[in-house]
Amino acid sequence: MNDAVFIDAPITLRGRGIVPGVAEGEALVTRETISGWGGVAPMSGTIIESRHELRGQSFAGKILVFPGAKGSSGWSSIFHTTRLAGTAPLALVFNVMTTKVALGAVVMRVPSVTELDRDPLELIDTGDRVRVDGDAGTVTIWKFSV
Amino acid sequence: MVALTDQERAMLDGSDGAAVQKAIELLVRYADALGADRFVETDNVAGVPGSSTPWIKQYYAADGGDYRAVFSRYDLDSDEVVDVPRVNAFSCHLQGGMDPELWAEQGFSAEAHANFASDEAQVAGHGIQVLKTCTPYLAGNVPVMGEHCAWMESSAVVYCNSVVGARTNCEGRESTSAAMLAKRIPDWGFHRDEFRRGQHRVQVDVPVDDIFEWGMLGYYVGIAVQDAIPVLDGHIGPPNLIRHKHFGAAAASSGGVEMYHMVGITPEARSSEQAFGGRPRGETFVYDSTARAETYAALNALGRSMVVDFVMLGCPHYSIEQIAQAARLIEGRRVSANSALWIFTSRAVKATADASGYTAILSRAGARLMTDTCSSISQAVPAGTRVVAVDSAKQVHYLPAIMGLEGWYGTTAQCIDAACTGQWRGALV
Repeated sequence: MNDAVFIDAPITLRGRGIVPGVAEGEALVTRETISGWGGVAPMSGTIIESRHELRGQSFAGKILVFPGAKGSSGWSSIFHTTRLAGTAPLALVFNVMTTKVALGAVVMRVPSVTELDRDPLELIDTGDRVRVDGDAGTVTIWKFSV
Repeated sequence: MVALTDQERAMLDGSDGAAVQKAIELLVRYADALGADRFVETDNVAGVPGSSTPWIKQYYAADGGDYRAVFSRYDLDSDEVVDVPRVNAFSCHLQGGMDPELWAEQGFSAEAHANFASDEAQVAGHGIQVLKTCTPYLAGNVPVMGEHCAWMESSAVVYCNSVVGARTNCEGRESTSAAMLAKRIPDWGFHRDEFRRGQHRVQVDVPVDDIFEWGMLGYYVGIAVQDAIPVLDGHIGPPNLIRHKHFGAAAASSGGVEMYHMVGITPEARSSEQAFGGRPRGETFVYDSTARAETYAALNALGRSMVVDFVMLGCPHYSIEQIAQAARLIEGRRVSANSALWIFTSRAVKATADASGYTAILSRAGARLMTDTCSSISQAVPAGTRVVAVDSAKQVHYLPAIMGLEGWYGTTAQCIDAACTGQWRGALV
């Protein structure tokens, strides 16, 4: 990544870390909830749900920023399998707590933060550089600009 | 941090053995992620404990690559492999990967079947009921109102909460496997009174009176309210088990509905006031003829070709009443040489279908009555399938996406006609 294209002053959001650890990388943002089983191909980390705005895109190695989980109770199992396959996101940032996303984050063991003081979906765009600190419960954003 | 009882703290200290210790460790991490204050005790757990593909077993080859390794490392997310004793809670295994007898016709190899049979023997050996269905409530596990359960399978969860009035969140594989050992689940979400109250109102303005209509209404409701709790009122036809089954499965798939209220129908909604329980009422959605037509179009968005080469029924697994209806519809007809008809149910219901003569009628017509799985779960369709027809909004939501097929949604009668003619003639009337 070329630092020159990122705005210098970062934005920091404060919330609750639910899985510890720190990760930094490129954001992949969706305003649509994500189905695990039947919605994600775990061997590639690709969204496969019909009509999903991220259909065909992989979250592997990205900071996944999304509203929350929906659909089958296989959610945790699919995301758990991405950890085994090496296709897991680097970190999770999400808004709505459910058992699906909580368990999925726990077994995927990637830094995860929720209950943020400002809406991450409003402030983060795909391509922004994001640092997720699951210990401190913070999300730091460097806006990508052209 | 989740507060622990003395007994739970003893489990964490290893007093009940290493497997229970690993189970409660995982449940503590999970409860803390949720923000739960305590656990509830559960003695009714439904999951998919330890069942795995050869790929997952291979991943744990260094740990022995067996059931014990998978249960420890994957189900309990443990960093070490532990001996897994017979489970402590009343527990059942939900749907599995293939039919125990017709697996070759589903396209599975002898090696894949051997893996399936080996896992099943382990499940039974660990004291877990081999129900092998997404409808445990039709196969020997019917909870009662107020019972704390830990269930997977979104269609069973929504049925458990909404229709029965029992209490479960939409659990996952790891939390259910851990709960089978520790008999605990976080006291969060649907275990708590305040969480079960309605949030949005859905006014039903068109008659909704068979599984086709209940399925479409469910699909609409899921899109409308996402994972919130809807309170439905209006022209909802007489309720029965299969209508609830199809409604809930659809709403859980298109949104994330884990509980719904229907005024005068479901047990925690004798009135609209009770259903909302004093909670502020959110939005009102109106299901009218326009919404119905849009829902039908969304469900059939992936249908192009009228040539149907596969019809799959039994999502969620067919009840005996539905199998009887399918047998009546197909008796005297035959599945087209250019098509195939697979109907899925549980082993318990199939035993009744066998005894009642329905399996023979279906077989004579060229249909297959299969158990344990469905085409989405097993990713098994007849060779060469390009266009599938189903009577389940949930299945048409998933199967075309998973298998790269075109898909049609219609009534059971339209689906059986398509199987017998090889042509899709469904339409919204």
